[in-house]
Amino acid sequence: MTGSAQGDKAPPYPPGARPILEVRELRKHFPLKTGMFGQGAGTVHAVDDISFSVMTGETLGIVGESGCGKSTTARLLMRLIDPDAGRVLLDGKGIAEPAPTGLEVRDARRQMQMVFQDSFASLNPRLTIEDSIAFGPIVHGLPTKQAKARARELLNKVGLAPERFAARYPHELSGGQRQRINIARALALEPRIVILDEAVSALDKSVEAQVLNLLLDLKKEFGLTYLFISHDLNVVRYMSDRVMVMYLGKVAEIGPVESIYGRTAHPYTTALLSAMPSMDPGKRTEAPPLVGDPPSPIDPPPGCRFRTRCPHAEEICGAGDPVLALAGEAHHVACLMMKAGSGHSKAPAA
Amino acid sequence: MNTPSIPEKVVAAATARGYWKSVFFRLMRDKVTVVCLLVLLAVVFMAIFAPLIAPYDPFKGSILKRLLPFGSEGFPLGTDELGRDMITRLIYGGRLSLVMGITPVIAALVIGAFLGIIAGFMGGHTNTAIMRTIDVFYAFPSVLLAVAISGALGAGIFNAMVALTVVFIPPIARVSESVTTQVRSLDFVEAARASGASSLTIIRVHILGNVLGPVFIYSTSLISVSMILASGLSFLGLGTKPPEAEWGLMLNTLRTAIYLNPWVAALPGTMIFIVSICFNMLADGLRSAMDVTQ
Repeated sequence: MTGSAQGDKAPPYPPGARPILEVRELRKHFPLKTGMFGQGAGTVHAVDDISFSVMTGETLGIVGESGCGKSTTARLLMRLIDPDAGRVLLDGKGIAEPAPTGLEVRDARRQMQMVFQDSFASLNPRLTIEDSIAFGPIVHGLPTKQAKARARELLNKVGLAPERFAARYPHELSGGQRQRINIARALALEPRIVILDEAVSALDKSVEAQVLNLLLDLKKEFGLTYLFISHDLNVVRYMSDRVMVMYLGKVAEIGPVESIYGRTAHPYTTALLSAMPSMDPGKRTEAPPLVGDPPSPIDPPPGCRFRTRCPHAEEICGAGDPVLALAGEAHHVACLMMKAGSGHSKAPAA
Repeated sequence: MNTPSIPEKVVAAATARGYWKSVFFRLMRDKVTVVCLLVLLAVVFMAIFAPLIAPYDPFKGSILKRLLPFGSEGFPLGTDELGRDMITRLIYGGRLSLVMGITPVIAALVIGAFLGIIAGFMGGHTNTAIMRTIDVFYAFPSVLLAVAISGALGAGIFNAMVALTVVFIPPIARVSESVTTQVRSLDFVEAARASGASSLTIIRVHILGNVLGPVFIYSTSLISVSMILASGLSFLGLGTKPPEAEWGLMLNTLRTAIYLNPWVAALPGTMIFIVSICFNMLADGLRSAMDVTQ
């Protein structure tokens, strides 16, 4: 856990890989309205100045507890909600910024699609499967006939026979089948990035495994880049090349999957991993899991947000936001213990 | 996922049916709704072909044959206070009563659904502006509002229908707004936005289909209210005028004969009752038939 010399595994993406998506200091605060005239009652710091990048062709897993800002991040990337500050760059072009260095939201959405968690709510109950999938291409100007042909082709790709499923309605299908439809719909616009927001969380385990393998196959076939959002650490480990751990709207730790799971640097990640159920009885953790709930994201106190639950918290942790420090090859962590000369008693010497 | 026991053809046949076809199929299995539908169709049919069906002239009375009871020779349902045949009057009365029941609701459906969907979809200040304005109309009881508007505009069929339309816009707008707000927050609308569709396309493809069903059903149940209110306006002398045949007006003019010949006097009221209850039952039947999740 000490330094950058430990990189025994090459970064999961080739050395020359370019970031397809760069997120810079993205921020979204939701004002809370109470009282008759909506006078301020604080703000929810849903996503607070987060920065990260996604490389072409990789899968970046995003994990964290409920309410840590994972879904808000996904919606910000898709511009389903507008950020308060920060930029999102797709291929180096700022989304919703003026040309020539910018990119229109509509064009960005074409290259970036999303699969939602609730497979039932994310399909229009009044449209047939075929119409739901063909909707996006039709919106982007593809003739209806060709769009429907593409829909049928995609149904095949996600493992549903078009002749049996194309004319059906969502309520006639199981959860796993509906999620396959959602994946097909996301792929209908031929995107390069697919954001999977808890896409398999609502499925039972056997179906989940099928859908995960389908996702891996599709990634290979279409050369996709995934943002895989989940609270299930096992699934994230299986799917991801790199993992980003979020806590209360901040990035706690980001790095290659082996490094995150093998040489955990942030106390929060350690706690998360120790709460993970293990198949091996010999590996069961004896250490107490994390106690208490995360503090309220409404007007959080300054300093490290994890310090209220952190076993290593010291006075210095309340002084200011810890910045991301290097904890291994391509492995960054927002913890003073990992930052040389930070003043924390467990920090390496400067 | 695999259903090897069911032949492919059967599966295809069961699912190839379109949405409206399956609604019709389910409607036909609901006996009560079918009966109500048949009664309504019969009333409409009689109203349309009144001149061909009615045995007498609806306006020609006879002093000698006033207020005949049921089963009188040539007049099975008796005659009214001016000696006009009740069957003829009831058949002709359906024309105006149905028009005054249905037209205001259709007009209010178009305007109210438009306002409600805009308010629900846009949210924020647009919603506040539209819905608070509509709330003003809720301050008045609907009958009072209809009477007041109708009275201000002056008596007449058209003015009565305008008054009824104004009365029905607020509840329809409110229902449309709440359904739209619900639908708008569902993930498939987000997904449609994520695919780059414009608001207009989203409303057309994803909102309308899911909102109009419930709103349409609610409006069907308003037809009976509209008929009763229209009858009430006629009763007060604000809608149709004598000697026009309209159920509400007939109820009013026959009121004086209620001790003399109560059964005949009750006939127009019975017609209003039958037709309104049929519309209500039909609305209920449609509601369950159009629910795709069953």
